[in-house]
Amino acid sequence: MNDSSPILRVNNITKSFGDNTILNGVSFDLVKGEIKVLIGPSGGGKSTLLQCINCLVVPDSGDIELENEQIDFSSKQDLYSLRQRVGMIFQDFNLFDHLTALGNITIALRKVKKISKKDAEQRARVELEQVGLGDKEDLYPAQLSGGQKQRVAIARALAMDPKILMLDEPTSALDPELIGEVIAVIKALAHKGMTMVMATHQISLISGLADEILFMEQGNIVEQGPPSLLLTSGNSSKTQGFCDRLNELSEVEA
Amino acid sequence: MPIALSTVIDSLPYLLQGSFITAGIVVSAMLLGLVIGVCMAVGLVFGNKCIQYSITIYIWIFRGVPVVVLLFLFYFGLFNFLELNFSAFTSVTIVLGMTTGAYQANIFRGAILSLPQGQFKAASALGMSNSQAIRNIILPQILRMSIPAWSNEYSIILKDSALAFVIGAPEIMARTQFVASRTYQHLSLYIAAGIIYFLLTWAGVIALRKLEQSLRIPGYTHHGSN
Repeated sequence: MNDSSPILRVNNITKSFGDNTILNGVSFDLVKGEIKVLIGPSGGGKSTLLQCINCLVVPDSGDIELENEQIDFSSKQDLYSLRQRVGMIFQDFNLFDHLTALGNITIALRKVKKISKKDAEQRARVELEQVGLGDKEDLYPAQLSGGQKQRVAIARALAMDPKILMLDEPTSALDPELIGEVIAVIKALAHKGMTMVMATHQISLISGLADEILFMEQGNIVEQGPPSLLLTSGNSSKTQGFCDRLNELSEVEA
Repeated sequence: MPIALSTVIDSLPYLLQGSFITAGIVVSAMLLGLVIGVCMAVGLVFGNKCIQYSITIYIWIFRGVPVVVLLFLFYFGLFNFLELNFSAFTSVTIVLGMTTGAYQANIFRGAILSLPQGQFKAASALGMSNSQAIRNIILPQILRMSIPAWSNEYSIILKDSALAFVIGAPEIMARTQFVASRTYQHLSLYIAAGIIYFLLTWAGVIALRKLEQSLRIPGYTHHGSN
């Protein structure tokens, strides 16, 4: 595949719950290796958009194309295959409480990809090593810190060899002193060229990693552009105003 | 030796044979109830409206009608009508299994609802189908969580199994009554029967508590100690 053709195409997605319109015709393309960051006030539809992309929430209308194949929302096989190729990281980790760090990673490899137990464990160890948790494979989620849980969750998603990784506020549920270790892992992924869509309020991720910022408000993308354009000082963009407020907040905390 | 005591000692082997029948009824009924309970709990949480209504009706019937009425209804009524030649043992097992199944369904349903929803979402996001997520993620957790409530259910069904004597299954109660009606040593014999039931309850509850401890997830403190 040629690198400039998008790996993911999101076209005019809408989603309502009852009378409440959450997404109001959202479109964007994602090229291989690109990192797009979603920001904006809560309730703006960032989380719902991410969940629509892997159809955890099935859109009311619109198209999703992954690797030039359009997804048929009514076909379970299409949905399962879509989700195997799109990794997802959640705000509150969502590790499986009854499985060790290693078991959390191997379960989908074994049950979904039908890889043998031995090969799955080998792969899982490689991924745990990558996120710096090689010595924690036998610990259960309740024995791990928040930052460690999130790193296991990242290893779990990466073991499936996703084409795209989606991160839904990956550091928002963490204590301030644990955010750094997760950011370091995400930055390392970015340097390896992982394609990502990330909702975050973490200024260092927004300005440091984003190829493009999508500012979402009331179910629409109201501004988009590279950080160099939206975040130059003196710019009157909503994005700039929002990030200024985030900055002020983080200064107050620090 | 007083006659009361010697009667008990003489009839003890006979009564204890009955405890094997009782144990057989209780273990089979609990396992049948486990299968019914798990399937219905999954249906209640994940099924469509029609499935949910049907299961709810089932649960209300088995919660609302006394076990002894159900026993007569099934053994003399339904099984006869269907020309099923079930023994008293089989009939009691089915009725108690279906009854405890109704209660177990509510135990497991509560456990499923108490799990953080995100785990199911995470399983789906990894490409698991609903049934894979239920089997690999939901069930291993709710079964562990349900052991304390399940051991209550065990002690209730063990005691309800004494009703089997009314249709002639040769368990502890039936045998005790048989000996008592011939020797007139009611007091000592029923004390002996009571002690056997008590010991069976105690042994089962201890065994389940051991099971719960051995399956406990390290670091996880959600479990009550019953």
